[in-house]
Amino acid sequence: MKTSIERQKNIIDFALSSLLRRKRKNAGLLVVYTLLVFALASVIFFSYAIKKEASIILQGSPEMIVQRTIAGRHDLIPVSYIDRIQKIRGVSSVKRRLWGYYYDPVVGANYTLIVPENFDAGVGNISIGEGVSRTRLVFEGDTMEFRTYDGKIIELTIKNILSSESEIISSDLLMISEADFRRLFGTPEDYAVDLTLSVRNPRELSTIAGKISEMMPDTRPILRDEILRTYDSVFNWRGGILVIILSGALLAFVIFAWDKASGLSLDERREIGILKAIGWETSDIIQMKFWEGIAISLTSFCSGIIFAYIHVFFTDAFLFEPVLKGWSVLYPHFKLVPFIDASQISTLFFLSVVPYTVATIIPSWRAATVDPDSVMR
Amino acid sequence: MIELTNIRKVFNMGRPNEFTAISGINLQIDSNRMTVFRGPSGSGKTTLLSLIGCMARPTSGRIYLMEKEITSLPERFLTEIRRKTFGFIFQQFNLIKGITVLENVMLPAYPTGEGYSSLKKRAMNLLNMFDISKKARDRVEWLSGGEAQRVTIARALVNNPSIVIADEPTAHLDTKLSRELMGIMRKLKEDGRTVLIASHDPVVYESDAVDRVIRVADGRIEDHGWYSIPLSLHSMSPLFSSLS
Repeated sequence: MKTSIERQKNIIDFALSSLLRRKRKNAGLLVVYTLLVFALASVIFFSYAIKKEASIILQGSPEMIVQRTIAGRHDLIPVSYIDRIQKIRGVSSVKRRLWGYYYDPVVGANYTLIVPENFDAGVGNISIGEGVSRTRLVFEGDTMEFRTYDGKIIELTIKNILSSESEIISSDLLMISEADFRRLFGTPEDYAVDLTLSVRNPRELSTIAGKISEMMPDTRPILRDEILRTYDSVFNWRGGILVIILSGALLAFVIFAWDKASGLSLDERREIGILKAIGWETSDIIQMKFWEGIAISLTSFCSGIIFAYIHVFFTDAFLFEPVLKGWSVLYPHFKLVPFIDASQISTLFFLSVVPYTVATIIPSWRAATVDPDSVMR
Repeated sequence: MIELTNIRKVFNMGRPNEFTAISGINLQIDSNRMTVFRGPSGSGKTTLLSLIGCMARPTSGRIYLMEKEITSLPERFLTEIRRKTFGFIFQQFNLIKGITVLENVMLPAYPTGEGYSSLKKRAMNLLNMFDISKKARDRVEWLSGGEAQRVTIARALVNNPSIVIADEPTAHLDTKLSRELMGIMRKLKEDGRTVLIASHDPVVYESDAVDRVIRVADGRIEDHGWYSIPLSLHSMSPLFSSLS
């Protein structure tokens, strides 16, 4: 046992010194390899973490939203629908919601406006997200001007700035009173933007949704799970776009790595011949090449993963922000909670470390199986 | 003792560039002697040493090492024999560039599983013996021809082999260094090792340390040579009695 450990130690020692002998070549490979793992891992970390974040946030959202559609488009819903829905067996509560978007030409950004259930700041006041405060350089006590649907200007006083902890949803958010909302958008008193409802038994959600559609054919019930799936597909799509872009780099790397690993130079072949001649077995040479491959690929893999982790969870993925966070002008400056999907990391491991190591071993094995006689000539 | 019977070695068999390097050699070599294979370039000396040193397999014929047939052994066993029994001194030195003299000497013993410190001690002793320990930390590409040859010899001895094979060991040395080298070879023989040298250098084959000179030409043995001190085996061998 001790002999075998010492043997491995000696072989590893020689493998590492072999790598150091070709410093420039291996350093170049290490950098390219690390960059590639970094880029792919960043996409994986980011899209998984943001999906997870979204799902956690949506856990507190209503079980079902009912929207009215006209000509296939979302429209205001009559408040009278609340009573009709309330009568369906199994429905525990129905609430109206007022929300919308406001385009601010000053910064060229869309704000999300919502009327909270219990907005205690009062009429004429608003609460704003940190993204809005940062972009417009407005703070507590300042006023913001808004142009109403009919061209009039209204001034609202900032009562407070929403905390950054919830910035993923509050960055571009404005909380406003119902009266100010209706004044701004001209929404009639007997209309809401949509309705939210909760049910006694969550297993009956789809049955109740079906009943609502039947009773009010101009409505569209949306379940929370459907929203989650939409988020999933949006971020999968964005991640996918980046992966497609990166796959060019991946392909270039595969060609580069294959060429490096499979094309043994004359010097390397000669070295293998010498090692065989002085008493190294084919298996010793394969082990040495294995350790060389592992040292390069594992170092790159681990460095790439660590850099990607720092990039995504400590620097808000600043390199991929425009692609991954979407169209919003007010990019939320939120800290993602580190969620790592082990299966995706394993996939990345098997797609990078394993092929590279194999590509290193195979040509060496072929070179090591020939007679060492060649070094005599 | 090493015995070769009807050894034939053909390179690139079946191809247009087919070449017979050794054709039907029968030979016996005694242990603890210095034997030189003498002949012009391309005569088959190196191939003969390769075959004896288990670095290549003959196309036909058998090789016996200490009365054990080794020709048909699997590669793994041949490697083990190479490691434990033979020490090689190559014409081109064949040192690994980029690593130190000490590491080069230790290299053949790495797969044996010997601990690094004891291996290092042993390698340093060998470097001391060949008066090159001062260069232990130097990279091999910085050495002179004579120094590189001594490192090669130290490397050949690190696993304490019973047979030392040297292929044209004086090819890159001047006469003075060549004589020095033959002094080292003599010591190896006196230590009880069998020394086999392929050379067409008179400094080697005319050295008084040499026990037998075998003349090789065109892949055949022209002259089986002689032992300066006859051995009982010598007279017993039908091959020797008919040819010497």
